[in-house]
Amino acid sequence: MAALRQIAFYGKGGIGKSTTSQNTLAALAEMGQKILIVGCDPKADSTRLILHAKAQDTVLSLAAEAGSVEDLEIEDVLKVGYRDIRCVESGGPEPGVGCAGRGVITSINFLEENGAYDGVDYVSYDVLGDVVCGGFAMPIRENKAQEIYIVMSGEMMAMYAANNISKGILKYANSGGVRLGGLVCNERQTDKELELAEALAGKLGTKLIHFVPRDNIVQHAELRRMTVIEYAPESKQAAEYRTLAEKVHNNAGNGTIPTPITMDELEDLLMDFGIMKKEDESVIGKTAAELAA
Amino acid sequence: MPQNVEKVLDHENLFREPEYKAMFDNKRSQFEFRVPAEELAKQIEYAKTWEYREKNFAREALTVNPAKACQPLGAVFAAVGFEKTLPFVHGSQGCVAYYRSHFSRHFKEPTSCVSSSMTEDAAVFGGLNNMIDGLANTYNLYKPEMIAVSTTCMAEVIGDDLDAFIKTSKQKGSIPAEFDVPFAHTPAFVGSHITGYDNALQGIIKYFWDGKAGQGTALTRIPNESINFIGGFDGFVCGNLPEIRRMLDLMGVEHTILCDPSDVWNTPTDGEFRMYDGGTTKAQVEAAINAKATISFQGYSTEKTMKLIKEHGHDTTSFHHPMGVTGTDAFLMKVSELTGKPIPAELEKERGRLVDAIADSQAHLHGKRFALYGDPDLMLGMTAFLLELGAEPVHVLSTNGDNEWAGKVQALLDASPFGKNCKAYPKADLWHMRSLLFTEKVDFLIGNTYGKYLERDCGTPLIRLGFPIFDRHHYHRFPIWGYQGGLRVLTMLLDEYFEALDANTNGIGTTDYSYDIIR
Repeated sequence: MAALRQIAFYGKGGIGKSTTSQNTLAALAEMGQKILIVGCDPKADSTRLILHAKAQDTVLSLAAEAGSVEDLEIEDVLKVGYRDIRCVESGGPEPGVGCAGRGVITSINFLEENGAYDGVDYVSYDVLGDVVCGGFAMPIRENKAQEIYIVMSGEMMAMYAANNISKGILKYANSGGVRLGGLVCNERQTDKELELAEALAGKLGTKLIHFVPRDNIVQHAELRRMTVIEYAPESKQAAEYRTLAEKVHNNAGNGTIPTPITMDELEDLLMDFGIMKKEDESVIGKTAAELAA
Repeated sequence: MPQNVEKVLDHENLFREPEYKAMFDNKRSQFEFRVPAEELAKQIEYAKTWEYREKNFAREALTVNPAKACQPLGAVFAAVGFEKTLPFVHGSQGCVAYYRSHFSRHFKEPTSCVSSSMTEDAAVFGGLNNMIDGLANTYNLYKPEMIAVSTTCMAEVIGDDLDAFIKTSKQKGSIPAEFDVPFAHTPAFVGSHITGYDNALQGIIKYFWDGKAGQGTALTRIPNESINFIGGFDGFVCGNLPEIRRMLDLMGVEHTILCDPSDVWNTPTDGEFRMYDGGTTKAQVEAAINAKATISFQGYSTEKTMKLIKEHGHDTTSFHHPMGVTGTDAFLMKVSELTGKPIPAELEKERGRLVDAIADSQAHLHGKRFALYGDPDLMLGMTAFLLELGAEPVHVLSTNGDNEWAGKVQALLDASPFGKNCKAYPKADLWHMRSLLFTEKVDFLIGNTYGKYLERDCGTPLIRLGFPIFDRHHYHRFPIWGYQGGLRVLTMLLDEYFEALDANTNGIGTTDYSYDIIR
C-alpha cells in the first residue's frame, strides 16, 4: 500500500469548497483510491453529497451525548458513502458559545487515536472559511496534511482569504512538512478570472492547479445530494473533476512553501486587473458635506 | 533498609543514610548527564556578576519565579470573606485544587471552594451545562446562602458569559431564582491575585447595590454616620482585621468590614467542622451603601471596587498598606477626620509604646540594608516603615506593581535621607532579585516563602512577610497593622538581625568577643 496521502481544502466560505472537494474525492475514488473525508466545520455539511444525507451525526455531538470523547467508538461516527468513501464530521458548538477551534483539535485527535486513518489511501480535511485560530490550523500542523488546496475564485474576498490561508500554511511550513498544493479556481465568471487566478498563484509561489468552469449541472446534482461524478458521470463537468482529481493525485510531493503577499501587493494586483479602482486619497475620511464644499 | 518502625527517620535525615547516598550517586553518575562540576561552578559564579545582571534585566520574553499568583485565587479570597458564601470557580478542576491547597498551606485551615469541573467537551461546547449542574450540586450539597462565581483561563478563552449562564441556570431550575449568585470574570492570564480580589469584591458589592444583576431593584443610598473598611488581599488577614475592628471600636466608630475571612481561616478545634464561619453578612453589604465613607487599606488591591463605591457617592480613601507609626497615624487621623471622633488615649498610649520600642532598638536597625518584594501595596507600606526605622530599603521589587507604582515608591525614597541609592523595580521577578542580591548586597531580604531559595543562593537572611508563607506557622494569626502590628514587624526584623549577629559572632576564641548575652 502506498503511503497515506493527507490533503486539505481551505477557502473562503461559500466559495464551493465542499462541492469541489467532494466531487474531486469522488473522482479519486473512481480511480480506486480509498478515501476518508474529515469535515472540520461546525455546520457539518462536508459529506452530504457523498452520503446523500442532510448532515451526519458529528464526533462532538455524539461525544456530548455519550459524556466524553473517550466514550465514543469509531464506528459511531464513521459513515460510508459513495464508492466506500468514509465520512466523518467533527461538528462543533452552536454559534456564539464554546470553542469550535478546540472542537476540531478534539475530533482529529480522536480519529487518529482510534485508527480512523488505517487502511485508507487519502485523508481529506474540509475546513471552514479562513484560518481563524489555532484549532482550524490543526490540519496544517505537523504530521497532518502534506498539501493544502485553496479553493478560490476571481472575486476580491476569495483572494484575500487565499492569501490569509497561505500565511497560515507558512507558519507551519518551515518547521513541518506542510506545503501549498495549489489553487483551485471555481469559476464565478468575473472579469479576467483565469488570468487573475494565475497571477495570484504566481505571487503566492504556487500554481493554479485547475480552473473549474461554471456549470449548472453542479446545482442539479447538489439538489439530489449527489456529486456530479455520481449524478452524471458522462457529463463534461464530471470530466473536469476527474481532471482535477488526476492533477491532485499526481501532485504528490510537488507542493511549495507559499509566499504570501502584503495587503498592498494584493490590492495592486487587483488594480492591475481592474477588479479594484485606484483609491482617490483626497476623499478618504471626508463627509459628504465636506466633499460638496 | 535504614527505616524501621522503632525509630522512624524523617526525610530530614533519612536520605543521608548510606543506602540512599549510594542510590543518589548511582543515579547521578549513570543517568543525570550533568555538566562537569567546574563548568557548573563557573556558571554559578558568572550569574553573580554585573555583566549577568545587565543581561538579566534586558530579558524580555521570559519570566522566572514571578512574585504573584493568578486572578481566581484573589477571587476566592474575596468570596470566603462573606457569610456562608461558597466560592464557585467556573473552569477546570485542577485550578481550584490549587486555590484550595494554596490557602490551606498558608492558613493551615481547610478552604472550601468548588469548581464547575469543565473538561474537553465543555471547552468545545461552552460550559453552560457545567454551570447548571455545578450550581445545583453546590446549593444542595453544601447549603451555602450565597455562591460567588469567578472564572479560570479556560472559561475565559472560550468566552463563557457568567451573567447569561447564571440566569439560564436559574431558569432551568438549577437553583431558586432569588438565590444570590454574584459573579466576576477573572481571567487568570490578566493581572494578578489582587486584580481578581478587586474584580470579585466589586462584583459582590455591585450585585447587592445595583439591583442583583437585573433581578431586583437598585438600592437607594441614605447616608449615615458609619464607615466601611476594606482590607484588600492580605496574608495576615486573621490577625489584621480583628486589630482594625479593635481600633475602630476603641474610637467608637460605627463600621462595616467589607470582606472579612478572618474567622473562616481561623476556626477553633472543638469538635465541630465549620465550612462557613463569620464573614460579612448580606444585610451588612446592603447597609454598607449608606455609609458616609469607605476606606481601603490597599489601593492597588481595590481599584475597581473603590471606583464603584465612589460612584455611589461615598467619600473614599485608598491607603497603601499603612504600617508603623506614621502609617497608622495617617489611617487613624483619616478615620477621625471622617467621623469626627477623637483618637482615644488608649491608642495614643499604644502609639507611644511603639515609638518607645523603636527607640530602644534603633541602633540595631539604623542603616541596615533591606531588599523586599511582594504586592505593590505591601511594598509601599513596608518601604515607609523601614525608612521610619532608619533602615534602607535598597531594592523594592514587585511583579504586579507597574511604573506608576514604582514612581510612588521612588517618591517615598526621595523624601527620606535613608532612601538614597535605593530603587524600585516594577514588573520584575525573583530572578531579577537574585541578580540584585548578588551585585548590590543587602543585610536582609523581606518576602514570602519563595524567598528561601534566594536566601540559600545569596546567603541573605529572609524575613517572612507577605503571601504565601508555607514554611513557618501561625504568622497569619498576628496583626502587622496598627501600632500593635508595628511592634510585631519590628520584632520580626530584630529577631532576624540578632540571629544573624549571633551566628556571626560565635566562633570560639575568634569572633565570640561579641557573642553577648545582652543585645
